[in-house]
Amino acid sequence: MNPLAPPRNFRDPLFVRRCRQLALMLLVLMPLLHYSQFEPWLLWDAQSLQALKHFLLSCVPPAHDVEFLQLLWQATWQTIAIATCGLTLAWLVAVPCSLLIADSLSLSWQDTGRMRLPARIARQCLRAVLTLLRSVPELVWALILVRIVGLGPTAGVLAIALTYSGMLGKIYAEILDASAPQASKHLLHNGVGRCATLLYANLPQALPELISYTIYRWECALRGSVVLGFVGAGGLGQRMDESLKMMAGNEVASILLVFIALVACADLLSKLLRREFAQ
Amino acid sequence: MSEPSLSALSLHALDVFAPPNEEGKVMQILHGITLSIGQGEQVAIIGRSGAGKTMLLHTLAASLAPRAGQVLVLGQNPWRISSRARQLLRGQVFLAPQTPPLPPRQRVITTVLAGRLPQWSIWRAACSLFKPHDPLAAWQALQHFGLGDKLYARVDRLSGGERQRCGLARMLLSNAKIFLVDEPLSALDPTLAASTLACIQAQAQARGASLICSLHQVELAQRYFPRLIGIAGGKIVFDMPSDAVTPAMLAALYAGETASPLASADSAAALELPFKASLPPSVHC
Repeated sequence: MNPLAPPRNFRDPLFVRRCRQLALMLLVLMPLLHYSQFEPWLLWDAQSLQALKHFLLSCVPPAHDVEFLQLLWQATWQTIAIATCGLTLAWLVAVPCSLLIADSLSLSWQDTGRMRLPARIARQCLRAVLTLLRSVPELVWALILVRIVGLGPTAGVLAIALTYSGMLGKIYAEILDASAPQASKHLLHNGVGRCATLLYANLPQALPELISYTIYRWECALRGSVVLGFVGAGGLGQRMDESLKMMAGNEVASILLVFIALVACADLLSKLLRREFAQ
Repeated sequence: MSEPSLSALSLHALDVFAPPNEEGKVMQILHGITLSIGQGEQVAIIGRSGAGKTMLLHTLAASLAPRAGQVLVLGQNPWRISSRARQLLRGQVFLAPQTPPLPPRQRVITTVLAGRLPQWSIWRAACSLFKPHDPLAAWQALQHFGLGDKLYARVDRLSGGERQRCGLARMLLSNAKIFLVDEPLSALDPTLAASTLACIQAQAQARGASLICSLHQVELAQRYFPRLIGIAGGKIVFDMPSDAVTPAMLAALYAGETASPLASADSAAALELPFKASLPPSVHC
C-alpha cells in the first residue's frame, strides 16, 4: 500500500461551510444588482459599441493646438486654485475642531477613563456638526451655493471647504487618538497643558500620517473641483463639460491627461513632504 | 536633611485600585498606605516586582486617584481641586517612568526641553519646536548623564539605557519640587547605575527637592538613601532609617507571603524568586 495515499475521509472540513458562505453572498447580491438596475450587457449592444468606437477613435491624437492648450493651461490653474483655496479654508476649520474632539487630549478622560458630561456633550455636538458638513456631497453644496453666490469659482471653493472641513476634522482627530497614548499621558500627568502636549507628544508621532492624509485630500479636492466645474464652478470641469457636449474626444483626452498629471504630482508632493517632515 | 514639620507628600489610609482591565475587572493594588515624606527628603522604595511600587509613585504624582483615603501633595489634595489647579500642582511634581514614553521621531533636545513645558507659554513651546529655546540647559542636563553628544540625535537612535537617562535629563529641566523616579537604573550597568544615582541625588539636594525612588538594587538603596520603605502585596512592610533595616527584614520582604515558590499560583512571581535570591542585589538584572 502506498504510504502517501490520503486517508479515506481526506476532505477539508470547512469546504461545505465555504460553499454555503458563497451561496449566501450571491443570494444577497443578486437582488441588489436588480435594484441598482446594473445592466452590463448593454455594453455589448452593437449600437453602443459603434458609438464607443467613434469616440475612442476621435480621442487620438489628443488636442494640442496652441489656442486649446492656452485655454487648458488657464483652466488647470483655476482648478488647482479652487482646490487649494477650498482645502485651506477647510483646514482652518478642521484643525481646531479636531483638537476639541480628540479624546487623547481630554484631561478628565486621561484621569478617570471617562469624560465629564459637559465635555462629552460638547464633543458629541461638534462631531454631529462635522458629520453634517461631510455627509452633504460637495456637488450638492455647490448646487445650493450657485443659487446664492452665482456661477463661478466662489461657489466651488466654498463647497469644497464645507465638505472637506467635516472630513479633515474627523480624520485628524482619529489620527491623533491612534498615536500611542503613553507619551501624551506622561506629559499631561506631569502638568503640561493640552496644546503643548499636542505639540510635544502627539504631533511628532502623527505628523507623517497627517501630511499624507492632507495631501491625499488635496488630490480628492482637485477631482472634486473638476466635478464642480460641470455645474458651473469653473476650471477644468467646465472645459470638460463643453468638450463632452461637443463629442470632441481629442479635447477630452487632453483634459484627462492633465488630470493624470495632477494626481501624479500630488503623489510626488506627498512623498517629498513626508520625507522632509519626518526629520 | 529632612524637615518633618514641612511635609511634601502625605498619604493617609490609602486604598488604590488599578484601572479596569480588558474584562472590566478592577484589582486593589495598595492597601491602607499611610506615610509622610518631608520637603527635601530622599527615600527609596523597595519590594518585589508587582508589589505596587509603580502604582504608589503614580498615586504620589497625582496621576492615579485613590478609591479611599487621603493624598496631600505639597499640602493640597489633588482630587479635591479643579482640573486646572491639579495641572498646576502636577507641574510641581515630576514622575520619571521606568521606560519613559518618548516619541520615537522626536529629537533628544526637544524631548529634554519638554521638561520645561509646565512653565512655558504655548507660544514659547511652539517657537521652541522651530528653534530650541535654551539648548545649553538641555545639553548640560544630558551631560550630567554622559549624553551631551546625543543632543541633536533622534530618540529612536538611542539605546534603552540612553533613553532612560534622557528621561532623567528631562526631569532635571523641570522646575519640580518633588522628583518621583521609577527604577531609574533598570537598563544601566552597575558602574553607570552608581554614577546616575549619585547625580540624581546631588541634583535633588541642590534644589531642595524631595526624591522618592523605587529601586531593585537593594544594596544601593541601603547605602545611598537615608530612609527605606519596603512594600509587599500593596502594603507597607517597613518604613525606617536604612541603618535599621536588617538583612532578615530584606529577606522576608523578598520572600513575600508565600514561602515556597512552587506553592504559589502566580507563576511569574514564583519564577522570579530563585533568580533574585541567587544574585547579589546590586548586580543589574
